[in-house]
Amino acid sequence: MPEVPQSVALELYRKMTEIRLFEKRAYDLFMQNLVKGTTHLGTGQEAIAAGVSQAMNDDDYTFTTYRGHNHVLARGTPMTPVMAELLGRENGLMHGKGGSMHLLDTSRGILGAYAIIGAQLVIANGSAFSARYRGTRQVTVTFLGDGATNIGAFHEALNFAAVYKLPVIFICENNKYMEYTPIGAVTAVPRPAADRAASYGLEPVVVDGNDVEAVYHTAAAAIGKARDGGGPSLIEALTYRHGGHSRADPGKYRPAEEVKEWLAKDPIPAYRAVLLSRGVDEAVLDGIDKSAREAVDKATEEAKAGPEPRIELAETNVWADGGHAWRN
Amino acid sequence: MSTLTLSRGLNEGLRKALEDDPKVLIMGEDVGKLGGVFRVTDGLQKDFGEHRVVDTPLAESGIVGTAIGLALRGYRPVCEIQFDGFVFPATDQIVSQLAKMRYRSRGQVSLPVVIRIPFGGGIGAVEHHSESPEVFFAHTAGLRVVACADAAEAFTMIQQAIASDDPVIFFEPKRRYWDKAEVDTAAGPDSAPPLEAARVVLPGDDVTLLTYGPLVRTCSEAALAARTEGRSIEVIDLRSLSPLDMDTITGSVSRTGRCVVAHEAPVYAGLGAEIAARITEQCFYHLEAPVLRVGGFATPYPPSRLEEHFLPDLDRVLDAVDRTFAY
Repeated sequence: MPEVPQSVALELYRKMTEIRLFEKRAYDLFMQNLVKGTTHLGTGQEAIAAGVSQAMNDDDYTFTTYRGHNHVLARGTPMTPVMAELLGRENGLMHGKGGSMHLLDTSRGILGAYAIIGAQLVIANGSAFSARYRGTRQVTVTFLGDGATNIGAFHEALNFAAVYKLPVIFICENNKYMEYTPIGAVTAVPRPAADRAASYGLEPVVVDGNDVEAVYHTAAAAIGKARDGGGPSLIEALTYRHGGHSRADPGKYRPAEEVKEWLAKDPIPAYRAVLLSRGVDEAVLDGIDKSAREAVDKATEEAKAGPEPRIELAETNVWADGGHAWRN
Repeated sequence: MSTLTLSRGLNEGLRKALEDDPKVLIMGEDVGKLGGVFRVTDGLQKDFGEHRVVDTPLAESGIVGTAIGLALRGYRPVCEIQFDGFVFPATDQIVSQLAKMRYRSRGQVSLPVVIRIPFGGGIGAVEHHSESPEVFFAHTAGLRVVACADAAEAFTMIQQAIASDDPVIFFEPKRRYWDKAEVDTAAGPDSAPPLEAARVVLPGDDVTLLTYGPLVRTCSEAALAARTEGRSIEVIDLRSLSPLDMDTITGSVSRTGRCVVAHEAPVYAGLGAEIAARITEQCFYHLEAPVLRVGGFATPYPPSRLEEHFLPDLDRVLDAVDRTFAY
């Protein structure tokens, strides 16, 4: 695969670094009880969010999952409203009503994060349909986890997309674990997404999800094909979740050797080494790291400074008239 | 004025909506070439094309999910669920996504999706094909739930449902699809009462009989029969099951002092329970008798040879009316 231009390479590095530091901070805030409820981090999986988003146009559509902070940030939503949303503050992306698992930013075509497994896959087909109706060349990208390949909606969505040749790309982030259970233990085929592709007349596509440029090229090919009317693609990106499933889950169910092996394949230091070997000045990368740290600090302070939600927010936006009181 | 079946009334309403708004789409199993198993969408694909009247795979979650995605981008999809019991595979999409996205996005998105469901028994079908699942959806905040009762109502209500910015679960009384009524197809939906309004079908003074969907006809027949015995029953078609038009309900019950609620769905935790509780809260000093309920039994829908036993009929409705005079 060809090397990407340096400007793109630095952008990929910046996105991965920002996402990593943002999520590390989200974890710290969770441990301080400032993020209530639960949160699911994509630490270790940043190359997929960065590589795929880099291959998309600004007006393309994105659907993601409850492990979706990374995709939303990669698509350009500023850190402060995302962090404030995690903190449940009124300056959050959705005034704190969506929370960590339900980020949505229509101004950037991010049509939601979905916490019911597979729900977003069938909905993504609708936004892909809409682009066809309007005659635009927009594509829809939807992320899913490996666990989602075993739910009915995955198969309904793939069949729909293939039947109508919709401009939609399904990106399966295979991090080897369905919540707490190894995906291989509960799946009939070794490659949970790729081995299902043929059922829908699609090519099996597997990519090293920790190689950000490989992800970028693979996504760009699928997106280009969809944009030109070539129909959907299903991409399985192999990666690893550095932490547990959610909250403070230490992920002790994973063999130590496996964790060690994958930590050594951490996509960010790996890409840093690639860039240095290509002659990128280390000071440039250090500068990106520093800016990312500062951006996360600033977002944290701005989010923490946001007001706590007013009680009225719990009762509004239920129906189109804005009201809530029909039944009370 | 034209004389139309309820099925044709819906068809004409859908046709008008398709003509008036290019964002309206119809999707479902066999809705295109066949025109739907009850012919509600007959001829629409031929006239509006395969892109606006879409034959889908047999995949209810996929149908509703796709409709949500279209609505997220400004379309107004109308999904047909072929039979009542077939809606459950789409429950996740309806309850967990369609109903909640406006709320969790603090109003960033609006999902004007209509889900049409033929409901109720009486056609000699069996479970999955004869059920009344309205209360599952009425219990879910964020959904409007309505039921039409005749051709004229069907014609206007389907247009109002499509125009609503809320998601609407639209119940159609399948055993009444072939009933005929006069319909003014030239009238616009704006001249009709709003979607959330109940309607007095037959005025009366002695007892209020609240119902909806297929039992509007049954209850009207019961009221006419009772009239010959000198008893004056006010029959109200609720039309909207969520929200409830409590003003019309309490206005009537405050006057009559007696109330019976009738539906095909099982009585236990049915809509009648909610209505009875609200009437008790809001009209307590006007009541001469407890609010009584007539409905299906707490069983799965029975086999077709036994369904007459299950479905509330004129005798069961009038028996409940009589009992309200025993206090």
